[in-house]
Amino acid sequence: MKRLSPARLALVLGVLSAAVGVITLVALATGPSDVGWSQVASIFLSDGSDVDAATRDIVLRVRGPRVVLGLLVGAALATAGAVFQALLRNPLADPYVLGVSGGAALAGISVLALGTTFALPTSSVPMAAFAGGLLATGLLYWVSGGRARSSPTGLLLTGVVFNAFASAGIVFLASVAGFFEGSRIFLWLIGHLSAVEIDAVGVVATSVVLGLATAFLLSRSLNLLALGDESALHLGVPVESHRRWLLLATSLMVGAAVAVSGLIGFVGLIVPHSLRLVIGSDHRLLLPATALTGAGFLVLSDTVARTVLDGRELPVGAVTAIVGGPLFIYLLRRAQARGPLA
Amino acid sequence: MSAALCFEDVRAEVGGRMLLSGLDFAVHPGEVVGLVGRNGVGKTTLLRIASAALPPAAGRVTLGSQDVATLPRRALARRVALVPQDLHVPFPFRVGELVLMGRAPHQPLLGLESDSDVALAGEALDRLGLADLADREITSLSGGERQLTLFARALVQDPEILLLDEPTAFLDLKHRVEVLAEVRAFAARGRGALVVSHDLSLAARTCDRVVLLGEGGVVAAGTPAEVLQPEPLRRAFEIEAESFAGPDGRIVVVPRIPVERD
Repeated sequence: MKRLSPARLALVLGVLSAAVGVITLVALATGPSDVGWSQVASIFLSDGSDVDAATRDIVLRVRGPRVVLGLLVGAALATAGAVFQALLRNPLADPYVLGVSGGAALAGISVLALGTTFALPTSSVPMAAFAGGLLATGLLYWVSGGRARSSPTGLLLTGVVFNAFASAGIVFLASVAGFFEGSRIFLWLIGHLSAVEIDAVGVVATSVVLGLATAFLLSRSLNLLALGDESALHLGVPVESHRRWLLLATSLMVGAAVAVSGLIGFVGLIVPHSLRLVIGSDHRLLLPATALTGAGFLVLSDTVARTVLDGRELPVGAVTAIVGGPLFIYLLRRAQARGPLA
Repeated sequence: MSAALCFEDVRAEVGGRMLLSGLDFAVHPGEVVGLVGRNGVGKTTLLRIASAALPPAAGRVTLGSQDVATLPRRALARRVALVPQDLHVPFPFRVGELVLMGRAPHQPLLGLESDSDVALAGEALDRLGLADLADREITSLSGGERQLTLFARALVQDPEILLLDEPTAFLDLKHRVEVLAEVRAFAARGRGALVVSHDLSLAARTCDRVVLLGEGGVVAAGTPAEVLQPEPLRRAFEIEAESFAGPDGRIVVVPRIPVERD
């Protein structure tokens, strides 16, 4: 009988960590200015005395924060997707598809718009996004009937409607507040990492680390919850409290991610789905592996987005949507083949 | 020492509709008790009440002297296991993984299964003839194989009381006999089992006592030979049936079909 041994856990997470490390270095050494491998290696491996201050700034102050935020946002969105899929017992769940990101974005933009009038602190944006994500999650649970096996169609329709509503609200608020030029709104709606500010890293890192830690701690319960509430009860899980903690953790992570990057879609769908095919469904391995892979995937996508067009940047949300959209259709088709989506 | 599971004046309601009331019976250590009755009479609801998944509308279910509703979830899960009729698993967990989940109430919140956990799971899989399926994905199994997997999971939970909801519904005769033999072996280790069954003759063979449920409450309770008689069966099922002792002395129930073939 195959089992999740410490060796297997260490092997999978070790390989993924190494891959994320390589992707991080590639991302740091890639960009429009002529700063490459040798300078990055010099900064990180030796004392960096042969690198001038401007080069050091490009690596540590321009590319660095963007890469770090990419890692955090990717880990958050991917892990939130895996947690939603288990809690809702639905492989199509994803914070973007379900409209949770939309709720977070709408609340975040509201505070951003108010902030220009009332001079609110910048940290209020992630907090509002957290609250918005939580509200959207609550709405989702209400629509899915709380605990019963959720109907995929009902959930997806709720997400579609909520996303449309959130997008309209975002555009409206941004127009009323008058502080967004059109392209900034566009970036928010499709999801990007290009307007990263260095002081955002601390808040986002704290939220994401707290959220991930909670999810990892409850990963065995998540295995049991994926089999249904009653089955989990019979195996000793305090269902209500563990679910509440998991929803808080995901809302916190998604809120933080959305507050700095807007609506990046499908990461929570692509990453857990691909990993399940390779490493199985045990969330004690799947969740940390998903966090690492999500981190690497988003930074890689962003590096592609930064470099694929000469001299111009794509928003990273366009890259994840191009990969994720077809996968979503495939998963939906497969789910339909297994039974009516009602 | 294992404790008895006692229903004390239990009233069961679903969605405000009264199903059963005034239920008083117990499952003692070393005993297999059968729960029989028509569809929708409330058998599954009683198992849910016994496992504290549903509160009784009145009365209580105790384990030893403690109300199951007041026991912490994990403590209860170490002592009472339920085998559901079926389980929808939306993710491709392996059979071995699912069976090992039965060890969850015995383990800390986070951690991996120990060698002894894996040995217990392997033993249960062997006994139920599932050893070859251990690494198969649960989504690829037949209904009967899935039911055996859930039974193995409950055995691995190592409870004092086993609640089984039609554990043989999807099984062929060979596997029915094997599962019921395992239930007997479980009772022989000084534990108690409460089995919902629609196969009255097999219930008569397996159970020490039978509780026959009818509309609203218990029609008859006692040994199979006392309960599975034409009159109580008529009241519970609204059918005509004959029962007689088989070659081994156990009761065999033969329903009369109104329009029989020539």
